[in-house]
Amino acid sequence: MFVKQLSVFLENKEGRLDEVLKILASANVNLLSACIADTSDYGVLRLIAEEPEKGKAALKEAGFTSRIDEVIAVVVPNAVGSFAKVVSTLHEANINISYIYGISLNENGAPIVVKTSDNAKAASILEAAGVKTLAL
Amino acid sequence: MIWNEAKECMSREEIRALQSARLVKTVNEVYHNVPYYRAKMQTAGIEPSDIKGIEDLHKLPYTTYEDLNKAYPFGLSAVPKSELVRVHASSGTTGKPKIGVYTRRDIETWSECVARCLTMAGLTKEDTIQVGYGYGLFTGGLGAHYGAEYMGALVLPMSTGNTKKLIDMMIDCEVTAIACTPSYLLHVAEDLEKAGLVDKIKLKAAVCGAEPWTDEMRDQMQNRLGIKAFDIYGLTEICGPGVACDCEYHRGLHIWEDHFLPEVIDPVTLEQLPEGSEGELVITNLNQEGMPLIRYRTKDLTRLEYDKCDCGRTMARIQRFKGRTDDMLIIKGVNVFPSQVEAALLTVEGTTPHYMIVVDRVNNSDTFEVQVEVTENVFTDEVASLEKLKKEIHDKIKAAVGLNAKIKLVEPNGLEHFDGKSKHVTDKRNLYK
Repeated sequence: MFVKQLSVFLENKEGRLDEVLKILASANVNLLSACIADTSDYGVLRLIAEEPEKGKAALKEAGFTSRIDEVIAVVVPNAVGSFAKVVSTLHEANINISYIYGISLNENGAPIVVKTSDNAKAASILEAAGVKTLAL
Repeated sequence: MIWNEAKECMSREEIRALQSARLVKTVNEVYHNVPYYRAKMQTAGIEPSDIKGIEDLHKLPYTTYEDLNKAYPFGLSAVPKSELVRVHASSGTTGKPKIGVYTRRDIETWSECVARCLTMAGLTKEDTIQVGYGYGLFTGGLGAHYGAEYMGALVLPMSTGNTKKLIDMMIDCEVTAIACTPSYLLHVAEDLEKAGLVDKIKLKAAVCGAEPWTDEMRDQMQNRLGIKAFDIYGLTEICGPGVACDCEYHRGLHIWEDHFLPEVIDPVTLEQLPEGSEGELVITNLNQEGMPLIRYRTKDLTRLEYDKCDCGRTMARIQRFKGRTDDMLIIKGVNVFPSQVEAALLTVEGTTPHYMIVVDRVNNSDTFEVQVEVTENVFTDEVASLEKLKKEIHDKIKAAVGLNAKIKLVEPNGLEHFDGKSKHVTDKRNLYK
């Protein structure tokens, strides 16, 4: 139901993303998705990874600030209006969406990562509404 | 032109005699009227009768910011509070501001000092002067204002913040002189150039102070605006701007020695140094009623020259400042201590003692950036929370030092740390050369 997300603080400087990815690769951490929320002088790199704790430890060793949060990965069927249904379900339950991003597309649908103001409530409401969520 | 030739051009013997008489009087006054000073002198084993003239100055204990802080706000005042008419203040290292208190006669003495400086800049009662310093607790605005009025000039109290209005009125009122910080004047010059109005102004002189500036800045002001620019110096604790100013020969800042007794000391051994040595400037008030300070350590590093100047004045000249003995920064004319920024950061939960203040001058205007390390204590996956943290840090620093800092979040260990002790300031302005 929940997915662990590894987020990393990055200065907006040349080569920082490259360095983080190299650290994770040499720690043998496999990435499933990545997205960056950026501002003019820094960014927050959000990763869905296998063994995020291992990734966090490797990053800490190298001096990077990172953390692990639980997010929800909802599986949105490949059909018109299916994501709208997810969003309105949460909206009607008064749950705020902090951010969303997609993972990848396959024939079953597109998993979309959603961080909300109340993940536990959101997950059970989505489940009740027949929305499939992933557990990795 | 010389405002007060009888004083400004006295012989060195006359100056020393006057200083000796005034020092003896001042020491007696503080001993009898300021319990704080009496205790300090008793601890040092000094009685007023031990001080017979300026040759005995070295026997007296120093006054430092710590004394001002302990005696805050009126503990160093030598007169009853009912005799005081004004308070000014500037930033202190931590917590308490450094204040100056004035009697009616002190305001007049100060005004006369400023009038001497303005006259040195070639100004008279025929001139129209814009005061572009902030009006308020800061000594710049009211100090320049009272001095210009005392001289009889027409004064426009512009204060700061509205350059367009300043330029409009500079042209409309045919303003001939301006008193403001040097960086602000260069900003005004830029706006005048952009608007194509440089040949519409009647400005002939600028008296600039409140922050250190370079000869390059003087050349720029003079060439771009077709004016003469003069450097005025002062400190709130001693009285304010007008303690010293440079004349048309620019051979250093003439200090008004009939009111302010200067000496140079070794900041480490605290020994008084012989004439001409470089060290920390120490000033004793000789003619102040409100808060006469004895051997006040300015923390400014310089040298004094005593030979007669080509302008005819005999008053000693403070040479180019070489820096400070403490870590005080002057940003946009405001005194900022790194410790104030640190204290503000400590009130923001989770921020580390690792921060860096970066000061620069871009387009003749000071920039003030505070870099703060993002550690696990404050890091979140949501940008909105990080932006909230930035705003909180900004607001705390603004409340502490009165300036808007650009807050930059940086990765941990991104800041230079030296032998266990962090280096907290990068000043790229190169003001002390």
